[in-house]
Parts: sequence; structure tokens; C-alpha cells
Amino acid sequence: QGGGSAVIDMENMDDTSGSSFEDMGEMHQRMKEEEEDEAEGEAGAGEEEDGEFLGMKGLRGQLGRQVADQMWQVGKRQASRAFSLYANIDILRPYFDVEPVQVRARLLESMIPVKMINFPQKIAGELYGPLMLVFTLVAILLHGMKTSDTIIREGTLMGTAIGTCFGYWLGVSSFMYFLAYLCNAQITMVQMLSLLGYGLFGHCITLFVTYNIHFHSLFYIFWLVVGGLSTLRMVAVLVSRTVGHTQRLILCGTLAALHMLFLLYLHFAYHKVVEGILDTLEGPNMPPFQRVARDIPVVSSAVLNTTAKAMALTL
Amino acid sequence: FPGLADVSVSQDIPVEGEITVPVGSNSPDDDYSTLDEPVKDTIMRDLKAVGKKFVHVMYPRKSSTLLRDWDLWGPLVLCVSLALMLQGGSADSKDDGGPQFAEVFVIIWFGAVVITLNSKLLGGTISFFQSLCVLGYCVMPLTVAMLVCRLVLLAGAGTVSFIIRLIVVGAMFAWSTLASTAFLADSQPPNRKALVVYPIFLFYFVISWMILTFTPQ
Repeated sequence: QGGGSAVIDMENMDDTSGSSFEDMGEMHQRMKEEEEDEAEGEAGAGEEEDGEFLGMKGLRGQLGRQVADQMWQVGKRQASRAFSLYANIDILRPYFDVEPVQVRARLLESMIPVKMINFPQKIAGELYGPLMLVFTLVAILLHGMKTSDTIIREGTLMGTAIGTCFGYWLGVSSFMYFLAYLCNAQITMVQMLSLLGYGLFGHCITLFVTYNIHFHSLFYIFWLVVGGLSTLRMVAVLVSRTVGHTQRLILCGTLAALHMLFLLYLHFAYHKVVEGILDTLEGPNMPPFQRVARDIPVVSSAVLNTTAKAMALTL
Repeated sequence: FPGLADVSVSQDIPVEGEITVPVGSNSPDDDYSTLDEPVKDTIMRDLKAVGKKFVHVMYPRKSSTLLRDWDLWGPLVLCVSLALMLQGGSADSKDDGGPQFAEVFVIIWFGAVVITLNSKLLGGTISFFQSLCVLGYCVMPLTVAMLVCRLVLLAGAGTVSFIIRLIVVGAMFAWSTLASTAFLADSQPPNRKALVVYPIFLFYFVISWMILTFTPQ
């Protein structure tokens, strides 16, 4: 019976340090080799029988070996899983395969609405441009929060900015993808991420200009023109990929509303409006809709404000 | 059990396997001797390595020393000193308007990790920690700028001081970006350098902005 099974009697072994991990590994490897030589089914059944047959010491040895065995296997599995997780970065590699000229072209294209909506428009499934635009938006938002002295109570400035921008990009993309699935639109998740990401280019431009030059009317003009153009582009691309009037209406209405409202939110929530109070305090010298910085430590915004005022007076 | 008698470790089965040697030590003798040396020697050796890297950042040349022997001591020291100097910059003492220590720390390290991942995804040949090392060491000009800003702010907080601070921070920002680009852009395919430089530019821009908008209590 002994020759046919893969049982190793611990009592007969010279090295009895069954607790050593490396020894377990070696024994495990040797066991595997022996199993490959003989039938595998026999080994499993043979182990338990022989364990009982060999008495208490043998049984404990077998148990110890099996436990250490399992630990070895679990450890190996975890290590290989961790390695494959690292290798997962390579899954994202094709989405970053772009040239600078392509990125520049796509940035400019994101502001130009397409005319052909009867033919499905091509969307590049690329993640470099959108990712960089989200980070740029975070930087611009930080700048706006700093100059307007926004006070964040539960959390940090940086955390809020990152959370807002990434939350919008990922959350609204997922929601629109879900809606597109319901409305039978032909668009993949990566394409949706890419489309929405490039749509943030309009937001970046608008916020960059209006966080520095504080005129309400200027913001509204930018909101309508720049925001509107990028929304029109996204809407046109989506329309070209959807069939049916109701579905088109649902998809495009939702996207347009969310996109424009986000720009509105970014301008007003992160940019303290100090209007009525200071008007009454400072008297009628202040023109209406004039943003006045209160307690702003940075002199730059005051400088820019006076410049803008001087420009407005001369125009 | 006659069949079991020949299963034993010592004679029949040769011991085989792999002995993995830790990468750092060249020979057992080396390891032995650096373990016995006085602590001062170890510290001085590490300090010299860190100091050499600082010099490389000051005069960015295309040398591979920074890349080959990476270490994260310098970035840690710079990050901690920058975060400490940026403390207490709130306009209102009740609420925290200025960046917290943890915020600056997280910005620097999270930003460095993102840039590294980005450069790897774009086909870079540099390793993860080498890139972290370079980006961390290139924060040094901005730390110097922070020091200068604090000194200038001791004198006053008017328009002149702002212009001085703007010039200093702007120059140091350009220096940081150029220094890190000199080391990192070489590991990219030639036509994609701009794609790697832009996140580095953004990263140092955010740090410079935090330095510039800092005003002490």
C-alpha cells in the first residue's frame, strides 16, 4: 500500500520540524511531483486513511502538514492576485495611446457642434485628455476657492475640489451610460467618459476667465456661449447615435441640463457672492452685480478688479 | 512499510531551490561590515547621497545618478518642511482656510503617484520609485521659494512684497518644472514629451499657487 500512495510518514523523516514554512513548501513540491507520477484520486483518499492508521502522532503530523499546505497555497494565490492587479495597469494602456496633436485637435473639436446627426459620429475612446482636463478643472477650482476665501468646514479645500470634479466626471458619465443603455444608444462607457471629459474643456475656459474677472454679466455670456457650444457638441454626437425621438429627447435633455447646471453650480457655490451687504455699506458708488472681495489676503484679485473696472469704464 | 523507508531527506533527494539574495548587498562581507560600522558613518553616507542629489537638482544635467540610486529621504524632508511652513496661513483663526499639513502631504504624494502612473501608461521606461524620487527632489526650488516668501512677508504684506513673491515663486516654479522634465522626459518616446510635461506643469503649478497665496496670521 505504501508504494502506491503519496503519503509521507512524518515519523520516519530525519527532519521533524514540521512547522517550518520552507520545509512545508519543499514537501509540498515533492508531494506534487509524486502525485503527478501516480493517480491523483488515490492520494486524497489514501491520506486520510493512512493518517488514522498511523496513530495519533501521524494524524497530527498530517493535519499540520495540511494546514501548512493550505497556508502555502493561499499565500501563493494572494501573491499572484496582487501581481495581476499591478499588471492591470496595462489594461488602461491602449486608452492613453495618443499624440499631442490629436489631443489638441480633439480639444478644439469639442467646442464645434457637428452638423451631421443622421450618421453616427465617431467618438475617440481616449482617457488622457479627459483626465488632464479634470485635473485642470481641479486646479482652477482651487484657485477660485482661494481667491474667494471659501471656508470649508468638514473637509479640506483640495479634497472638495477633487471630489467635486471627479465625482461629476465619473458619476454623470455612469448615469448617462445607464440612460443610454435604456434608450438604446450606441455608446460604450469609455466613449461616454471621453465625451463628457472633453466637454469639460468649455467649463475650464469659462471658470478660468470668470474666476479672475468678476462680472456677473460676463459669466452669463460665457455660460451661454461657451457652455452652450460644448453642450451642443455632446448633444449632437449623442443624437447621431440614438434612434427615436423620445429617446433622443430624454438623453440630450438630461445631458444638457446636467452639464449647464454643473457650470452654474461651480461658479456660484465656490465663489462667494458678496453683493447686497456691501452695497448698503459702501453706498451707491458700487455698480450693481459687482463682486467685491472681502478680507481677501491676496492682493492680486484687487489688482485685477481695479483693472477690470478701469477697462469697463473706458469701454 | 518497506515502501516508505526510502523516503527521507538527507541522502537520496538533493536539496534544490533558489536562494534569493537581497538586492542591496553585493557580498556577505559588505553586509557584515556595514552592520558593524558606527552609526555616524551610515548617516553620513546617506546624507552625502541625499546631498549629491540636491546638487543635481540645483544644476540639472542629464545624469543617471538620480535615477539609478533612488531614495525617498530627500522628498520626505522637503515635503514635511514645506507642509510645516505652509501651516498657519488662515485668514480666520476660527476656521481653517489655509492648507492643512495632511493636505499638502497628500497633494504632493498623490500628485506624484498620478504623474508616475501617467508616464508609465504613456509608454515610459522609468520605474515607479525612480519617478517618485525625481518629482520629490524637484520640489526643492519651491521649498526655497517658500522660505524666501516667509522672509519677505516678515517685512510686510504690500504690493511690492507681492510682486517680489510672484517673481520668486514664478522663477522657482519654472526651475522645478525644467529640472524634472530634464530627468523624466528622456524616458518617453520623443513625440510624446508634451503629454508627460503637462501634468508635471500642473502639479508644480498647484504647489506654487499654495505657496503664493500663503499669508501668515
